[in-house]
Amino acid sequence: MGFASKSPWVIHYDASSCNGCDIEVLAALCPGYDVERFGIINTGNPKHADIFLVTGSVNEQNKPVLQEIYNQMLEPKVVVACGCCACTGGVFHDCYNVIGGVDQAIPVDVYAPGCAVRPEAIIDAVVEGLGVLEQKAAALKENQKKGA
Amino acid sequence: MGQHTVIPFGPQHPVLPEPLHLDLVVDDEVVVEAIPQIGFIHRGLERLTQTRDYNQFIYIAERICGICAFGHSLGYAETIETLMGVEIPKRAEYLRVILHELSRVHSHLLWLGLAADAFGYESLFMHCWRLRERVLDVFEATTGGRVILSAVLVGGMVRDQDAATLNMMRETLDGIKDEYAQLCKAFLEDSSVRNRLVGVGTITTEEALDYSMVGPFARASNVNNDVRMLGKGGYADLSDFQPILETDGDCFARAKVRALEVLQSIDIINEMVDKIPDGPVFEEVKGAPVAGAQACNTLEQPRGECYYYALGNGTKYLERMRMRTPTSINLAGMAQALKGCDLADVNMIVLTIDPCISCTER
Repeated sequence: MGFASKSPWVIHYDASSCNGCDIEVLAALCPGYDVERFGIINTGNPKHADIFLVTGSVNEQNKPVLQEIYNQMLEPKVVVACGCCACTGGVFHDCYNVIGGVDQAIPVDVYAPGCAVRPEAIIDAVVEGLGVLEQKAAALKENQKKGA
Repeated sequence: MGQHTVIPFGPQHPVLPEPLHLDLVVDDEVVVEAIPQIGFIHRGLERLTQTRDYNQFIYIAERICGICAFGHSLGYAETIETLMGVEIPKRAEYLRVILHELSRVHSHLLWLGLAADAFGYESLFMHCWRLRERVLDVFEATTGGRVILSAVLVGGMVRDQDAATLNMMRETLDGIKDEYAQLCKAFLEDSSVRNRLVGVGTITTEEALDYSMVGPFARASNVNNDVRMLGKGGYADLSDFQPILETDGDCFARAKVRALEVLQSIDIINEMVDKIPDGPVFEEVKGAPVAGAQACNTLEQPRGECYYYALGNGTKYLERMRMRTPTSINLAGMAQALKGCDLADVNMIVLTIDPCISCTER
């Protein structure tokens, strides 16, 4: 299952971020940082994606959307929380409409802090996420063997 | 007349970095009505004024929106300065205009890139964002941040910029100008761009006035509503300021207005750098707003006029803080522009209002 970690496809969703982290996620994909040279491609389709980049905190309205995208992604998959809001709620932690970080809705594998998160931090988190992806793929294979 | 179908658009959609949900009522391939639904990123920032004092709230104001971050902190600071009746040093006013126009350059380049992506011109998208990185480098050199700058305080600026930094800023912008001219040529003369944009989502001047649209969206329909003309702060000293207007009101006109505004902003920055006076950049503001004192303020954000209102209650905590952001007004106009368009043009029209949902919902 080495191919996914050689060219992981990412999907991005803005839970309730201020846009700052979103444009940094896009900036990481564009010239300047250009993660496409590592085979990382942005996709809009959850079924094509291996890594889920979430920015912003969770509220009641977007929680089902977030879970829906997560459930549509195929195993193995990795979730990266980009930015302070996605990690813990950040500066908005005591707003009345903020439940907290992304881990309140879906399981998170890697946390990338920063307000706004820097593209370097996103790349670092994605690289770390690739290790998790390998582990999950190996575990999946093991389970399949047991099942067969 | 067949039965209408409802097609959901968003909240997760490849063309939008932000969650906006539209219910598109379509008849065959033609959109009959578009019903916007928002609320995916409402956080409730205005209420945070109860727990953050007016100096602390500037960091919250900045995080209303990451693209117009500087604009929001500037608009908020100006409102509080009016509320408390303080004057800020002249040099700070100039620095504010310089950074505000610089963030307009970055915001418009970002938009032009997203627009190119929406009509499938990916190399143009990448080139716009490549140029934008250089503007972000200037931000990083002057304030330390790429997106969230934290450069404004109530009473002035956080730090002064020396002559060498201002020169570097000007040299970078001059370098950008040459390369930007080539991008502009692609946007304004390329036939593939024109085929996709001309005559799409037209809004007449009357409609723009009826829906009280703001910003480049309205200026593309020949509505002269640039708040910078009021000449507040450093804008008062500009030798000549004429808003960029277009008459066609279609997607192409909106792209053209934004493309030309980048050049205008670079000229404004150059003029401000030439004229900047010496002196302090910060004067500490003491005390608290008087109970019942009110102040309002308008600011031309990259997306249009943003209106701020503040009400004091005698303590350091504001009684009420309210913003009316450009996108919340333009959404009504967008729904109008979507009526009767092709389904394939929907993402282009949605993008040409430059929607900033996190401003709108806060």
